[in-house]
Amino acid sequence: MSPAILLLLALGPGLVGWLVARRRGWMFLREAPSGRASALPTHYAWYAALWIAVPMLLFLLVWNLVAPDLIRQTVLASPAAQALPDFAMQRNAILSEAQAAARGTGTIFQPQAQDLVEPFREAIARYRLIGIIVSLLVGFAGAVWAFLRIKPDFRARSSIERGVLGLLVLASLVAILTTLGIFISLVFETFRFFQMVNPLEFLFGTHWGPDPMSRADVVDSSRYGALPLFWGTIFIGAIIAMLVAIPLGLMSAVYLTQYANPQMRKWLKPALEILAGVPTVVYGYFAALTVGPAIRDIAVSVGISNASSESALAAGLVMGIMIIPFVSSMADDSIAAVPSAMRDGSLALGATTNETIGRVLIPAALPGIVAGVMLAISRAIGETMIVVMAAGAAANLSANPLEAMTTVTFQIVAMLTGEGSFDHPATLSAFALGFVLFLITLALNFIALRVVKRFREAYE
Amino acid sequence: MSDVIRPTRTAAFETRLKKRYAAERRFKAMGLGAILFSLLVLVFLLVSMTINGFGGFQRAELAVEIDFTQNAITLPSDNVQPDVAMRSLELQGLSEIVAFNAERSLGADGAEQLNPHAWRLVAEQIVADPDILQSSKTFHLPASKNLATALGKDGQVDLQPLAQRLAGEGKLADRFDPGFLARADATDPQLVGIWGALKGSILTMIVTLALAFPIGVLAALYLEEFAAKNRWTELIEVSINNLAAVPSIIFGLLGLAVFLTIFPNMRSAPLIGGLTLALMTMPVIVISGRNAIKAVPPSIRDGALAVGASPVQVVFHHVLPLALPGILTGTIIGMARALGETAPLLMIGMRAFVANPPDGLASPSTVLPVQIFLWSDEIDRGFVERTSAAIIVLLMFLLVMNGLAIYLRNRFEKKW
Repeated sequence: MSPAILLLLALGPGLVGWLVARRRGWMFLREAPSGRASALPTHYAWYAALWIAVPMLLFLLVWNLVAPDLIRQTVLASPAAQALPDFAMQRNAILSEAQAAARGTGTIFQPQAQDLVEPFREAIARYRLIGIIVSLLVGFAGAVWAFLRIKPDFRARSSIERGVLGLLVLASLVAILTTLGIFISLVFETFRFFQMVNPLEFLFGTHWGPDPMSRADVVDSSRYGALPLFWGTIFIGAIIAMLVAIPLGLMSAVYLTQYANPQMRKWLKPALEILAGVPTVVYGYFAALTVGPAIRDIAVSVGISNASSESALAAGLVMGIMIIPFVSSMADDSIAAVPSAMRDGSLALGATTNETIGRVLIPAALPGIVAGVMLAISRAIGETMIVVMAAGAAANLSANPLEAMTTVTFQIVAMLTGEGSFDHPATLSAFALGFVLFLITLALNFIALRVVKRFREAYE
Repeated sequence: MSDVIRPTRTAAFETRLKKRYAAERRFKAMGLGAILFSLLVLVFLLVSMTINGFGGFQRAELAVEIDFTQNAITLPSDNVQPDVAMRSLELQGLSEIVAFNAERSLGADGAEQLNPHAWRLVAEQIVADPDILQSSKTFHLPASKNLATALGKDGQVDLQPLAQRLAGEGKLADRFDPGFLARADATDPQLVGIWGALKGSILTMIVTLALAFPIGVLAALYLEEFAAKNRWTELIEVSINNLAAVPSIIFGLLGLAVFLTIFPNMRSAPLIGGLTLALMTMPVIVISGRNAIKAVPPSIRDGALAVGASPVQVVFHHVLPLALPGILTGTIIGMARALGETAPLLMIGMRAFVANPPDGLASPSTVLPVQIFLWSDEIDRGFVERTSAAIIVLLMFLLVMNGLAIYLRNRFEKKW
């Protein structure tokens, strides 16, 4: 059954319940001696509708998940299925084909599947009927429960509101579930990876060259040394990009907060923030098509003949530019948080504005700026598209910015978009890399937030 | 005399002061320079994309005159299915007729460089307007990709004289290609279009919005209005703040490990992409939503409570409507970020070559940023301009969304 039909199936009775309960509500109002009841008619209406529709929807949801299995079991038990081959993969292929044909969404290629179409059709029809009947029963039970409780002295509003609050709690639990989901799936796959590859060799090995086509059961641990990837990530994201972003971002923030007049600030700040809104794939294309070749040409003209157009420098420069507004707005906030008395005091003593900035404001705002830089680094090392498009694939352990270098994020993409199977260590290594990345960004954010908290307390 | 009134203003002092003022001016110039440099890079990026991309909306087309009065081609009947009519035209030898006429107007070497798909365009035009069959008409048909490259004075050297000759005769030119906005991906840069990816993006965004907006708003309401200050609330807040900072590629790993395990045959479907992006967008909506809710003054809540509204009614009848513009602004910004996101969608298989626009939420598709990434990887020179054109389309969408967010903010923002 399609989701739309399911929804209608549950909403129809719900609507009926809503209308009936509202009529009863009006009746209570008319009959009550004071002309008042404990709840408004619409409250009764919603109370009944929720008790009918929610159980029905839940049942249909569960039913939709288990029904395919039940259908398959029934068909396997039918006499026509006795002739099926024992080999599981072949049998499943035939079954799927017959099922698709029975639903009218596929065509038959294997002759054995033809015999199974009819049993499938019967089973699907039978279970659909069962599903509809049971869901109506569930809805009816809900309706009986609701209408037994709808009386003039029943406070329907608070009951509905308990339901609404439950919904709110569920919505906020999604965040925890997502965090847990990320953590568990990463830990699980990483654990599987470390059963094949020695963790120490993964973290400290210097040779990275997984071969997704090699046999999965013969693992060469020495090919999974991720140190060059960590180095590439740090070199591009935390060194080159920050060499661009910190001075430019900091100077922009200083100018915007201390020198620019309000009119100028009103235009310059949003303009600077456009930089953060450009999609990373556009930056990647810019780095690969314009910046990379330009750097190569310059390097060649200086006399470095082996420069390639894919280089750590190109990726790092463009990434730094992308990060500028991020650093700038963090620095902006923390400079603005410094009490103006400190600034005024310094100016009153005769210091120029830049002396005040350099000796008073920046030192006072330093914790906030450091926290901002840490957040910027965590942003930069998790950045994917720029390095995928501009940094190259070679795992190099070198400090030459003109060489191609690879990063953690690049290898995650490379390992998971290839043809390797899901059980191969090369594929699983992507999850281990992801886990390391997750932990590092988490740690950076945690420390940064701590630093900011401590800093704020200092002046309040 | 002056020594008495201004004893500190010695010659050494004056030079020092001059130095300090010079340092001040240098510093100020450096600040302005930093901003201008950043903006200059931005302008350079946008301008170079626009100039490049302008050519992407064009393609090299050959002018071929076909006189249908010479050939007895007919359409089966007036109201027949378009694909049946196409088939009938194919059986009547339309492709040979096109090839023959191309040879007559372009010469044998020119006709060879007509795109193999060209006759289909002629057939489509005939189906749309059967009167063409009674007349003679000049069609502008796409050239082969090699000739298109040669027209740009690039690519195969032996084709360049031919390209120059045809261009000189006015039979080969770059013409605006409206079909770029209507077709889907293809292997030939002359035949690619952006509609397939755009439709995939739109479907993905619908799923993202449908999930992230209600969940995000409800979670924000709970945390800001109802949650007690306890460990659970703190845990929820910490995980939301962390999720907002987790690299997007990690969400792709989650989508791959969880969603694709639950729905194994939905690889590269907008549904899975939307789910993944919704998890990424939700924290953004929660954080901006909380700020908007916080900005609603407590007197409104007190007023509503005083006349007998329940806390839930206060929130849904008064606080939420007043905070909605702020929440919507945050939502649009979050959606704009999701629209430009590439990495998580690569993880869940949206990088597959999809030659048809997706039919629904479960059919394989690609999205705009991934399409840009895929085209940027193509070796064929013709894809360079097409990539920039796709980037322009993407940036236009982002511009509209951000413009909308700014408009909402300015129009509905209330100062209490």
